[in-house]
Amino acid sequence: MNRQISFTQSILLGFLGLACFLGFWQGMAMSGLVSDIFLPSPVEVYERFMALLDRRFAGATLPGHLAASFQRFAYGFLLAAAIGIPLGLLMGWYQLLDEIVSPLFDALRFVAPIAWVPFAALWFGTGIGGPIMIIFAGAFPPCVINAYRGAKFVDPRLIEAANMLGTPSRRVIMEVLLPSSVPSIISGLRVSAGLGWQSLVGAELIVASAGVGYMMVQGQANIQTHTVMAGMVAIGLVGLALDSALRGLERYIQKRRGLDH
Amino acid sequence: MPRRVSIGLATILIVCALWYAATAFFGIIPPGRFPSPAETWSALVHVSVRGYAGGELTMHVYNSLRLVVMGFLFAIATGVPLGLLMGWSRKAEAFINPIFLIIRPIPPLAWIPLAILWLGLGDAAKIMVIWFSAFVPSVINTFAGVRNIDRPVLEAAYMLGMPKIRFVSEVLIPGASPMIFTGLRLSLQASWTTLVAAELVGAFYGIGRVLSVAQQDLYPGMILVGMIAVAILGWGTTRVLGVAEARALRWNTAALAAKG
Repeated sequence: MNRQISFTQSILLGFLGLACFLGFWQGMAMSGLVSDIFLPSPVEVYERFMALLDRRFAGATLPGHLAASFQRFAYGFLLAAAIGIPLGLLMGWYQLLDEIVSPLFDALRFVAPIAWVPFAALWFGTGIGGPIMIIFAGAFPPCVINAYRGAKFVDPRLIEAANMLGTPSRRVIMEVLLPSSVPSIISGLRVSAGLGWQSLVGAELIVASAGVGYMMVQGQANIQTHTVMAGMVAIGLVGLALDSALRGLERYIQKRRGLDH
Repeated sequence: MPRRVSIGLATILIVCALWYAATAFFGIIPPGRFPSPAETWSALVHVSVRGYAGGELTMHVYNSLRLVVMGFLFAIATGVPLGLLMGWSRKAEAFINPIFLIIRPIPPLAWIPLAILWLGLGDAAKIMVIWFSAFVPSVINTFAGVRNIDRPVLEAAYMLGMPKIRFVSEVLIPGASPMIFTGLRLSLQASWTTLVAAELVGAFYGIGRVLSVAQQDLYPGMILVGMIAVAILGWGTTRVLGVAEARALRWNTAALAAKG
């Protein structure tokens, strides 16, 4: 590893990096080398973002579009967690179920979630059902895989101890297996929230009539690059908020367990 | 036959039988919703022999595969060196990381409208979004790989006064390679997702184009053929990467085996 650097140095370099990035962008936009239509400056994107907060574009304001997107996301994500986590846990505990489901799951895993769009549109329409199915397709596999891992790799000594003490199997599941799989389940939820959110954006680009992805497609069709970029910023911010919320949950659970023991 | 394999085969056979029973035999699932095996087969013959959505199956597969491979290789060629640099130099890390922190939360698929605005519906826009989706995981994992190299190994290399070029090619890259390959696997998956999405949004050829035309034509058999093609391509390229990984890391497993 190269020489260590001090904290102040790293902050300064970080600001310098950001300044270079934004300065280069602003410079390119202002120089006239690239048409303003295709590369709006960071300032313009910021102004557009603020304007979209209370001006309607493609049928709703930016918060309105985000609310529509988030509602779909919440349904799809909760559905994926509600089905995926129990399935993964059961697969971890019952070998026969694992052997039956795994080959199907492995075959389906290679279908990119976005490739479900045509069937989703055919089965559930393009309103709210179709996008929910796409989010489900993106968010489901990490839920299953992490719950499975959590259940499969429980410290065998814990199970042996519980069995030796004659714990009934229902209590073994509730009080030994489930608690020790929680950390893995939560980290799976983080992955699946990220994938679900990204699948939602994809679904809205292809089939939807509301939502932030739809707003971006309309911006693209009207050659409004600043609207597209404002949409990207909004998507990034929501994704960041989702991730930090789940990260907070992860920390909270770790801390509580640390205190419990 | 091991128990796992036989149960797996049995499951797949039963699911195929159920598929046939539900679509063709009992007609529980209406043909407009999900195709029967015969309809799927005829769609496959249709696209392979007469062509569909502007070309034959081989041409669509070739186009999609070509774009993924190009975007992916381009992402490796730029992402891995950047990750090495950030892992090696704390200054480079401090300089570049904040830019990453801003760009990373934007999912690759959200770049599609911008790519279309900038580069149109052709190959260049697809390569740009694939590059974007594959670039971030390769940088992050390469960076983490360099930081995970044992300190004594690095110190020994320094102490022996290793020239920089040899240090990079014989210490940094091999040391980081297990993590680099983890990153490449993630990159490859992301590449396929992004390509299919980009082709669904707008394209002239490719598997995503087949899916999108089949969706408009309400042609479930062709939708299923497209999805199976995506799955097979994703699986096949992952296998190729797995073989490359096994070869590149041969020295490593040998070292592990020697350790006992």
